[in-house]
Order: sequence, then structure tokens, then C-alpha cells
Amino acid sequence: MGLENFADVFASSTFPTALWNTVVFTFVSIAFQFVIGLALAVFFRSSFRLSNVLRALFLVPWLLPLIVSASTWAWMLSSENGIVNSVLGAFGVEQINWLTSPDTALIAVTIANVWLGIPFNLVILYSGLQNIPGDVYEAASLDGAGAWRQFRSITLPLLRPVSAITILLGLIYTLKVVDVIWVMTTGGPGDASTTFAVWSYREAFGTGQPDFSPAAAVGNILILVALVFGFLHLQLQRRQEAS
Amino acid sequence: MTTTRPWWKTVLGVVFTALMLFPVYWMANVSLTKTSDLRANPPHWFPWDPTFEGYTRVFEQQLPALGTSLLVGLGTVVLTIAIAAPAGYAIAQLNLRGRRSLNFLLLVAQMIPAVVMAMGFYAIYVRLDLLNTIPGLIIADSTIAVPFGVLLYTAFMSGIPRELLQAARVDGAGPWRSFWSVVVPISRNSTVTVALFAFLWAWSDFIFASTLNRNGDMIPITLGIYNYIGNNTTQWNAIMATAVVASVPAAVLLVLAQRFVAAGVTAGAVKD
Repeated sequence: MGLENFADVFASSTFPTALWNTVVFTFVSIAFQFVIGLALAVFFRSSFRLSNVLRALFLVPWLLPLIVSASTWAWMLSSENGIVNSVLGAFGVEQINWLTSPDTALIAVTIANVWLGIPFNLVILYSGLQNIPGDVYEAASLDGAGAWRQFRSITLPLLRPVSAITILLGLIYTLKVVDVIWVMTTGGPGDASTTFAVWSYREAFGTGQPDFSPAAAVGNILILVALVFGFLHLQLQRRQEAS
Repeated sequence: MTTTRPWWKTVLGVVFTALMLFPVYWMANVSLTKTSDLRANPPHWFPWDPTFEGYTRVFEQQLPALGTSLLVGLGTVVLTIAIAAPAGYAIAQLNLRGRRSLNFLLLVAQMIPAVVMAMGFYAIYVRLDLLNTIPGLIIADSTIAVPFGVLLYTAFMSGIPRELLQAARVDGAGPWRSFWSVVVPISRNSTVTVALFAFLWAWSDFIFASTLNRNGDMIPITLGIYNYIGNNTTQWNAIMATAVVASVPAAVLLVLAQRFVAAGVTAGAVKD
């Protein structure tokens, strides 16, 4: 494999699109997964009737085979018979071609990916919350701090190390995602929902005879990113152990 | 704080869970819908008049695929534990040289995208004649679970008191013997967690199956679903029925082994 493969990758018209899609897909996925996961973790922090059962049920999307979730979302988002368009239609929204329009394909796969990532964020953040001693909150509420104030001044700062690792692991997982996008849109229409991982998969295995040279170049970019995040993860863990 | 408004929270919690699990419900609902009703507008919200056409087709056509997945899953579990348990023991207890760099490598190994791994495996398998074979798929799938397994075993086995192993040594047991008769039995919980995840990941794998087993006679269930989608986009009840059946291991896992699942998710991320 020569350097010209890298030159080809960078010169390819897919490159800027794939870069942009990867960035958008990753950051939007993580932002929503994290915020929703955190909100749910806070919601589940103090136990209530059925809370353990409900929290366990939240794991289901994470345990299902990705191809199962992806095909379910593909059917839910299908243009003419999808339940999503049907519900939106009841509110007067016109039919959206989620998977077949270049404007919405990336949004569609991101929605599915956010859904997939919520359980993971919830579980890790929840166990992080369990390590914050309850008397900190009691003291705060004695001092008259309301729920929002407690969240801002206790939960967020004390949860920061766990949040950092959650987001980092989320980044790593999201960069790798192929199955979900491939099953829902195969990266299309055109390159509209092609990320680096999907691009690499398509180049290598998308056609009849596997061809590795350009795909491997894209793959090497991904390995490089993984290495950087690996170092970051190690640093974070060391700091967490030190504190 | 804990018992101020429990009912209000329960109701809200049920609503959140219902929203979150709606796609799962929808999968089950569509799997029971008649082919003629699939394109109904508005869609049928409840399977009032359920049909089992979809499931009949699953059992007519996908039984071999389910068997393949089961075989690959079990093989992956065995291979993963056979590698990860001794490796974890060596890193945790045997004063291995360079174990920090080994730990780092395992971490990075987990981060390498499966596509990249698949390309490497493909190139090797072409030469070793392992393409489209079950052992080939088992070896590839175990690379997902082995790094996780080693890290989990290492974390647990580092906590085994040295005195316990020293006592075994005094009784004349070598490192191998004390591994078998002391370390393995007390690491049972870790073994269950590793086995569960190894099985689940192998069962769910699509990337290795679709690349290393593209022309195989024995395809796993994930490829079965994928081929369904490619071939007949009208039979969504059959696709969703297959999806429901393919979700069974996940459901079993959740019911029988929930605490191991939570332990596994947090293992890599949070240290107590």
C-alpha cells in the first residue's frame, strides 16, 4: 500500500462529505445521547416504585443486535408506510422521505443512533451518580438549594470524571458505527450519510470483489483517531484513580 | 428525598420507558401484521387480528441460520474464555513484564473499527482458506470480546489476595495448578459476565459475517435478516418476525442476568 492511496483518499470528492458527515453524526449523536442519558440517570437516582424494573428495560435497545434495531428504524421511517410519517401526518406535516432524501438521510441515521446510545449513557452515568454521597444533597437542600441549583452545583461538577469517560467511550463507539447506517441507507443517497467507517466498508466490501487499497487508507485514519482517543482514555482513568 | 412523590415518578418513569421501547413494540406489532395490512394508512397500532405468517416463514427458512448463530456464539464464548482467563491471570498475578503497555494495547484493540479488522482477516483468511467457514467467524468474533474479557478478568483477579495464592504455593501448587483450582473458581462471576457478552456480541455481529462469510453456505441470523431486506422489501412482517426471534438472547439475558449486564457495561468505564 503506497502513499498514493492516501493522496487518492484526500483528493476524492467523497472525502469532504465523509469528514463533515462523520463530525456531524458523531457530535450530534453524543450530545443527545449524553443529555438524555444524564436526565434519565438523575430521574432514576432516587429509587421509586418499579424504578429498578424500568431502568432494566432501558437496556433493551443496547442489547438488541444492531441489525434488528436498524431494520426496525428503517421500517418506522419508511416514506409511505412508516409510523413516524403517519404520526407527523396527523399533525399536518407533509411526507418526509427520511431515508431517500439527501437532506434527511443523515438525520434519520443519527436519530436511530441516539436511541441506541441512550442506555449506555444512562447505565454509566447512573452508576456515577450512585457514588455521590446522599448527604451532600441533604446538606444542600437544608441550605435551601432547589433541584436545579443542586444539579448545577453538585451533580455536574462531581460527575465530571465519569462524564468525561462516558463521552470519550461514546466518541469511540460512534466513530466505528457501520451496521446501522449501512442497513438503513447504505451511506446514501449518494454520499449523503456516508461516514468514514461506512466509506471504508463500502470501498472494501460494498461491491462484488473486495478491494482494500483505498479502504485501508480510510481505515488507517480511523486507527489513528482510535490511538489518540486511547491515550486520552488512559489519561482520564489515571486522573480518576488519582483523585 | 427518596419517598416524597413516588407515584408521580412511577407514572413518569412508565411513560419514558414506553417511549423508549416503542420501536421494540413496533417490531413485535409489525411481525404480527398481515401482509395485506402492512401498507394500511394509518398503520394498525395494535395486532388485533394477529397472523403468524411471518413466524412460519422464519421457522421454514431461518432455522439453519439460527443454528449457525448459536454455534458461532458458543464457539466464541469458549475461545474467548480460554484466552482471556489465563491472560488476565498472567497480567494480574504473575508480575508480567510490560503489562502496562499490554493493557494499553488491549484498550486500543477495542477501539479499532471492525471494518479495519475485517479487511485484515479477509486478507489472512484468503490464504488460510478460512473464508466462509464457522471457525473463521468464531476467531474473528472473539477479537471483539477478548480485549474486554482480559481487562475484566485483570481487574477482578488483581483483587485476589496474594496470601490465598501463596497458600496454594506452599501446598506445592505451580502457577498453572493454582490458576485452575483457586483463581478460576473464585472468578466465576467474571466468567459469567465475559461469557454473556462474548455470546451476545458474536450473536449480533453483522460486519464480520457480511465480509468474511459473504458466500458461505451457513450464514448467521444477522445475515439472514440482511438478505431478507435486500430480497423482498414487501415482506416486512417476515423481516420483523426474524428480528424478534433474533432478539431472544438479549431478552433472556436481561431477565436472567441483569446484574451481570450492568457490571459489564460499567466495567470498562468506571472504577469503584
